[in-house]
Amino acid sequence: MIIKVLGSGCTNCQNLEKVTRDALDELGIDATLEHVTDPADIASYGVMGTPALVIDDAVVVSGRVPTRTQVRNLLTAAGH
Amino acid sequence: MSLLEHMPTTGRGRGLALTAAGLAWVAAYVLNEHLWDWLLYDALGLDSSARSTETIHFFLYDTVKITLLLVLIIFLVTVLRSYMSVERTRAFLGGKREGLGNVMAAGLGVVTPFCSCSAVPAFIGFVAAGVPIGVTLSFLIASPMVNEIAIGMLLTLFGVKITALYIGTGLLIAIVAGWLLGRMRVEKWVEPFVFETRLRGHAIDPAAGLTFDDRIAMGAEEVGTILRRIWPYLLVGIGLGAVIHGWVPTEFFTTYAGPGSTFGVLIAVGIGVPLYSNAAGIMPMVQALYEKGLPMGTLLAFMMAVVALSLPEMVLLRRVLKPQLLAAYVGVVATGIVAVGYMFNAVLAS
Repeated sequence: MIIKVLGSGCTNCQNLEKVTRDALDELGIDATLEHVTDPADIASYGVMGTPALVIDDAVVVSGRVPTRTQVRNLLTAAGH
Repeated sequence: MSLLEHMPTTGRGRGLALTAAGLAWVAAYVLNEHLWDWLLYDALGLDSSARSTETIHFFLYDTVKITLLLVLIIFLVTVLRSYMSVERTRAFLGGKREGLGNVMAAGLGVVTPFCSCSAVPAFIGFVAAGVPIGVTLSFLIASPMVNEIAIGMLLTLFGVKITALYIGTGLLIAIVAGWLLGRMRVEKWVEPFVFETRLRGHAIDPAAGLTFDDRIAMGAEEVGTILRRIWPYLLVGIGLGAVIHGWVPTEFFTTYAGPGSTFGVLIAVGIGVPLYSNAAGIMPMVQALYEKGLPMGTLLAFMMAVVALSLPEMVLLRRVLKPQLLAAYVGVVATGIVAVGYMFNAVLAS
């Protein structure tokens, strides 16, 4: 499972990375977590509001920081 | 960690929590001045006519008042704007021609929840979806310039007329500046990779699928996020406001930048462009300077220059705009702000 946090380094982007890491720990999922900061890369996902969360190349959240429970549900829904 | 997980789970519980928060807000707002009167003059026995104690009183009173106003404004604005998103705005603007497109983009720039930290992906996303560059720029100019926090604070501190003039002229600058830049055929001054960016997958709309509780929780969280980010600016702004209020003689400003001054607006914009703060931090100074006889047009021009043109945003935009376009952007917007300042002074003086 490849998870990417898209963000320009803003406070909320750090928050999203932390929430995602916590959710992964809770579920005991072993996944790679990348933080994408290149604007062209971020835009190529069709994302216009940072931060955004990408699970296996699909954007699941954009423009806000979801709660840990929401991230956990998204991770579970992604099939793991 | 997240507020949503601590919210009462029944509808009635949430209603009670919101009502209690509202009542606490009103009580704090009403008691604010009395509390400091009592603490400084009665409990500590300070001299209420001394300039230094009056300055301290002003600082404490204003800090609480402005923080309370910010909490309310940020909360309401976030809940209302959670129904909009940059994705929806782009869908509205796709295929719009220049002209009408600029007008719509400026209006949407005000109501769309947007952080200038996302200026780059938004710029690429708009252009890749076929929104003309001038229209995209109208959006990017209006978004920080007509600031929702500034609107809320102007409304409470200065009334409807000045707020309406602020919104109207801010929109006008965004529309005209975006349209002009679009007319200048600026495509050659946009970094080429922007046009080569292909969008894969489909964008998801962050405004969709939220429950009312989600929106309330987002509002409450945004209050915390913004206050944590701006409190240093806020304290510096209120501190300067308190010093101006207590120590600067009225003649000082009216001599150099009073209503009859030719260069007042130019000087205000010249000082405001390199300064970086936010609307909330500027407002206490605007209020104190207004008391000292500075005309509103000059003050609004100062505020617009501070919030609309900021170095951090320029550094970000430099990744998609070449220096020529960036310079044109700053030039056109700054000229617009100066023009609006003089217009404002003329309208309010008559």
